[in-house]
Amino acid sequence: MKTAALVADVVTEFKTNGRIVIVGASLAGLRAAETLRDEGFNGKLTIIGDEKEEPYDRPPLSKQVLKGWVRADHTLLPRMRKVDADWRLGVAATGLDRANKQVRLANGDQVPYDRMLIATGTRARPWFNPKEAALAGVFTLRTAGDAGRLQAALAAKPGRVLIIGAGFIGSEMASVCRELGLAVTVAERAEGPLVGALGGVIGDIAAEMQREAGVDLRTGVSVQSLEGDASGHVRRAKLSDGTTLDVDVVVASLGSIRNTEWLEGAGLASGRWGVACDAGCRVFDVNGVVTDSIFVAGDIARAPHVLYEYQFLVLEHWDNAVFGGKVAAHNMVSLEPDRRPHLPLPAFWSGQFGVNIKGVGVGPFADEIVITQGSVKDRRFAAAYGRRGRIVAAVTFNHGKWLEYYGALIERSAPFPPPPPGYDQANGMKPMPARFPEPGVPTAYPDVVLTGHDPTERSAEYRQKKR
Amino acid sequence: MRIVVDLNRCQGYAQCVPLAPTVLKLNGEEALMYDPNPSDSLRQQVLRAAASCPVQAIIVDRLDEKGDKA
Repeated sequence: MKTAALVADVVTEFKTNGRIVIVGASLAGLRAAETLRDEGFNGKLTIIGDEKEEPYDRPPLSKQVLKGWVRADHTLLPRMRKVDADWRLGVAATGLDRANKQVRLANGDQVPYDRMLIATGTRARPWFNPKEAALAGVFTLRTAGDAGRLQAALAAKPGRVLIIGAGFIGSEMASVCRELGLAVTVAERAEGPLVGALGGVIGDIAAEMQREAGVDLRTGVSVQSLEGDASGHVRRAKLSDGTTLDVDVVVASLGSIRNTEWLEGAGLASGRWGVACDAGCRVFDVNGVVTDSIFVAGDIARAPHVLYEYQFLVLEHWDNAVFGGKVAAHNMVSLEPDRRPHLPLPAFWSGQFGVNIKGVGVGPFADEIVITQGSVKDRRFAAAYGRRGRIVAAVTFNHGKWLEYYGALIERSAPFPPPPPGYDQANGMKPMPARFPEPGVPTAYPDVVLTGHDPTERSAEYRQKKR
Repeated sequence: MRIVVDLNRCQGYAQCVPLAPTVLKLNGEEALMYDPNPSDSLRQQVLRAAASCPVQAIIVDRLDEKGDKA
């Protein structure tokens, strides 16, 4: 028998009797499962999720759900087809045994796999002080359960809501609070809202939007402590500028933590940075050597991106989960010549204060920005971001129809400032510094160290820092 | 029933809004808000709204029954 025929037999056997385990029962995991079945995988498919709900959509949670229009348990994702899977919901994966190809579960079960997809995503970064975080009235927002509890607290008409952190989610929540007629303070350490993702120029505009809507926005301050009353309900917040606020609801909106702890000891390139993989979603081991049977998709996948100097990027965006899940699934059941790359043009949106904010590309990669179309004053404009003379990102405020134009320019590595579109040009297009915050101070100790002297012994080792 | 609107793709044409006004709404000029799990009795309305979308951003479930088990 020729080798090619043997390989074809192996593929047929795998598609018929193989075992695939998807860890993570959310958007990326669901779309991956559907793709596996679409592509003819008829073997055993197991989907493991630590939340008890079947896959649901998260973007509505900070918008229509908080507002009280849609119930928190009413964002279940539409199914594109039957997936005929063994769903293991409400039980977390706690470990990975690569030698025996098994996933360990919190209830002690072991689930064997031939190929495995990591899609465990992120969780909300909790308030740093556990005692204060446990006070009644202190929330984070990531899950449907979080959204349901926070919605109920907002519906009870609290005297003042404090939102700590003015990223996209924090800003969306502030917008909902104002729509509900609630007094709300937003405390942000940076110079303005959305600065991490969109820079200070756009941050200034976002700050104006918040203040015009009646948000008490405080920038350049951090919240130092929360205090409760005798019944254990939060009532006061102390800020770094010495002020004290009377508050009844506090939401810590401090970004996310990647759910990679369960992979510790598995020898993969995983850690607080996510799970490193190639552009085909195949996970690297701790030495940076690609594995054949383990794939990753969604918020924790960190892959090299051709448009951004092959830097390894994580993209916590909705369509990165959809397309990453699909590509990972395709590659799980395909031989090398048929593998596909996952090369997304990053794209995101946010609705807040009645304005539709949409973006493409990677803003923080840029050093300059130029308002290219529309009018900032009217909150209807497009802006392009550049780095060393080429366009790397764009953002629109109520100007979404133009985003495709900029997306195409980014994909072509077009010059910056970009060629102006035919009409609707902004006055005096002049590039200016985009004002992204400086990257964080380097940490003193590495997470990964190299060990061994002989070439055969040389390898990397992941050493978890003490926190 | 279950829907999701791909809001990267959505361009705020709002053709869908009058066809299923209790399910799809505009918040401001172009930000679409929607009910992801509307009542099954609205399926015809929602299907018409999805068909009207110039960029086909409204994704409707393709299973007759709700989910498949989980």
